[in-house]
Amino acid sequence: MNATLFDMLIGCMIMFAVTYVTKGITLLFFRRDIKNVYVRSFLYYLPYSVLAVMVFPTILFCTSTIWSGIAGTAVALLLAYFRRGLLPVSLASIATVFLVEWLIYLF
Amino acid sequence: MNRKYLRGVKDGMPIALGYVSVSFAYAVQAVGQGFPFWFPILVSATNFTGTGQFAGTNLIAAGANFGLLFATMLIINIRYTLMSLSLSQKMGSGFPLWQRAVLAFGVTDENYAVAIRQPKQLTFSYLIGLMSCSFFGWVGGTALGAGLSSLLATVLTSEVGAAYYQLLMSALNIALYAMFVAIIIPPARDDKSILLLVILSVGASCLFYFIPVLANLPAGLEIILCSIFCTAVLAFLFPKKEEPSVENAVQSNGAFAENPSSGTPFDPEKKSATIADDTSAANSADTDNAEGGRK
Repeated sequence: MNATLFDMLIGCMIMFAVTYVTKGITLLFFRRDIKNVYVRSFLYYLPYSVLAVMVFPTILFCTSTIWSGIAGTAVALLLAYFRRGLLPVSLASIATVFLVEWLIYLF
Repeated sequence: MNRKYLRGVKDGMPIALGYVSVSFAYAVQAVGQGFPFWFPILVSATNFTGTGQFAGTNLIAAGANFGLLFATMLIINIRYTLMSLSLSQKMGSGFPLWQRAVLAFGVTDENYAVAIRQPKQLTFSYLIGLMSCSFFGWVGGTALGAGLSSLLATVLTSEVGAAYYQLLMSALNIALYAMFVAIIIPPARDDKSILLLVILSVGASCLFYFIPVLANLPAGLEIILCSIFCTAVLAFLFPKKEEPSVENAVQSNGAFAENPSSGTPFDPEKKSATIADDTSAANSADTDNAEGGRK
């Protein structure tokens, strides 16, 4: 890790400031409706794209070996496809990774 | 006053439980990256947001510059602006500025999803109950994760112990990613344009991951570049027209009471409703939102 104490404190402050402003600005000051359909569509779609970019392909390489990464991803995809909730998907994926790496460790 | 507060706490309970595990994983990961144990706690207590913290902490760990951190946080959190907008319409005009300032801090995907589905106009007591409860879970889980992982790291010195600790850390690494998968996939099933967007985004992300020149760009930049580009394309190709509101759909199911004061539903509302509907057909707003929304 490259971060110094200065990086952490300033970084945290920036995170707080941006997060609070994005949460608060409309709640505090803005009461009107966004009319532009493209802006609305953009804001509607954005989170999915951000999440997809963040998750793939990193999820495959975030564990100790690619095999547990693939297994964990597969389980997450499968359960998510069948509309399991966030917590079950997450826990099942963790368990899968643990199991696969445990087997690799044992043998 | 008290009854509304307690009802909020009760509605916040399942959210808090969900948060504990996620923020636990967040803290474990942060400490695993080399942060001191107080850092994830500080971030959780000041930010109270999942995705943003996760990305922001990674960027700080990677030594990314503050401009990039700022831009990434903005990109990831911009959705809150719309959520707050629709929340504010459901709150009516009875809230003084200081109350709005306090409540703004507690806007998360799950709190929003639960609050927006309440049949009646929202009260300050209820929202404070809801938000303080889930906030407690969020910070508590972070503290637990941070405390245990530094404890574990020092206590487990035996070879086998260290190996199992490694296994556990490795397994917890996937927790937040898996959660994001659970957020993306169900709506992608229902909405072809979201599916297309996800495929596009993953493709773009892979380019940035595997092509050496692009992979050398500052950490996190690919999130902004890929997502803005892909989303802009999608929004241009498939703009969301004014749709029949989900709230009406939900009401026609008879699951919720009349709610004429909720104002125009915004797109995120639809999104979280879609997500929330995934988890449970029981339609108990108390329970299904904990896992249904998006942190």
